[in-house]
Amino acid sequence: MKYIFIIAGVLLIALSIAAGLIWVERRLLSVWQDRLGPNRVGPFGLGQVVADTIKLFFKEDWVPPFSDKPVFILAPGILMITILLTFAVVPFGPNFYVFDSNIGVLFFLGNSSLGVYSIVLGGWASNNKYSLIGAMRASAQMLTYEVFMGLSLMGVVMMADSFSFCKIVEAQKGGWFFIPQFIGFIVFFIAGIAETHRLPFDIPEAEGELIAGYHSEYSGMKFGMFFVGEYLGITLISALISTLFFGGWLGPSFLPPVFWFLFKTFFFICVFILLRASLPRPRYDQLMELGWKILLPLSLLNLLITGAILIFLK
Amino acid sequence: MISILRSMWLTFLHVFHKTETVEYPEVKPYLAPRYRGRIVLTRDAEKNERCVACYLCAAACPVDCISLQATEDKEGRRYPEFFRINFSRCIFCGFCEEACPTYAIQLIPDFEMAEYDRQNMVYEKEHLLISGEGKYHGYNFYKNAGVDMGVKRKGEGDNEEKPVDIRELLP
Repeated sequence: MKYIFIIAGVLLIALSIAAGLIWVERRLLSVWQDRLGPNRVGPFGLGQVVADTIKLFFKEDWVPPFSDKPVFILAPGILMITILLTFAVVPFGPNFYVFDSNIGVLFFLGNSSLGVYSIVLGGWASNNKYSLIGAMRASAQMLTYEVFMGLSLMGVVMMADSFSFCKIVEAQKGGWFFIPQFIGFIVFFIAGIAETHRLPFDIPEAEGELIAGYHSEYSGMKFGMFFVGEYLGITLISALISTLFFGGWLGPSFLPPVFWFLFKTFFFICVFILLRASLPRPRYDQLMELGWKILLPLSLLNLLITGAILIFLK
Repeated sequence: MISILRSMWLTFLHVFHKTETVEYPEVKPYLAPRYRGRIVLTRDAEKNERCVACYLCAAACPVDCISLQATEDKEGRRYPEFFRINFSRCIFCGFCEEACPTYAIQLIPDFEMAEYDRQNMVYEKEHLLISGEGKYHGYNFYKNAGVDMGVKRKGEGDNEEKPVDIRELLP
């Protein structure tokens, strides 16, 4: 019974944050662009989320006749499933997690790799040149960034001596990992942006070049799933950054641990949105160059040095 | 790297900037007195219609949104039988105002003409006519015109000389 409540709670938090982010992002962007943003529907425009959702539900759910139908319908679901599954291993509080896997980090990496399928299949099934280019870019970008996303986490894993997220959080009681693992943090952050293909690394979507990239042909709730999946991805990456590098639910005890976790997560979500507000999109080859030539050697170096120091201290 | 952080910081500083947005229906923008918006037909100081139905406005209109039909009253004074402006076509260019010889047609600072039914954008003469004189007070076309239309007699207008007796020999 307790598990059902926790699962429901995690789902509720994750999905409501993801939906609320539609409003948060639009309001924050407008603040940084000297505008007001949506403020008409309900108090502070909060009803905008509800209005958008209702609109998405009532839109025609059109499947293009030239598409590969089963794959086309399956693709957005994969994204939601992989990301929601990963939330199962994220510890929201000391006893507030769905399950504490001893391979939590690997579980996350594996799921985020599976998430690539959603985009590749979505772009492929759309049977549309722009979608295919978007999917191609997405697969290359996500595979590239997957490599050192994993490597950048190995420093944390070595320091915590565990793949379990709960153990990693507990290992940070002496000090948050973003100080000893600063390079790892930077690399993971950049890889996280690329993994959720958010601006400035939204090259698979690149509305200026590819209309909407892999989800050009999607409408209605299928588009909504890609949309919510993107916000879920941001929430997940922010949650993992705060878990792995900023002590997760650790914090002064005058507030409950869940609050600290959500506070840190929300802070990184805001950083994600600030990135979108301030940075232009790099060229595709620049992105690949940054990945393979700078970030991969950097994360390998970080791995080596962390390992050396840990062995030296032992 | 530094420049990226710098541009992020500069973007963040916009939190403390004033927003540019004008919350329109609540906050109305200032419209200059000569702002070109909705078209009206004015009357002269005697409350008679200024329009003499010369068709110059309809001819000048680049989108052909004005249509009218001239007619005459008992004294032979011309006026439009109907005067119709299709505001769903009007581009508020003001050419009709420039073309008008009698200052009858004028553009006023009002643009809030949204309608649910497109047909309601077509304004008839009774919608266009206002009771005032618009921008040009005291102007009466027939005081400047040559013809006698009961406003003044021939040769007694504002900028008019007495008619010349063409049979008179004296200079």
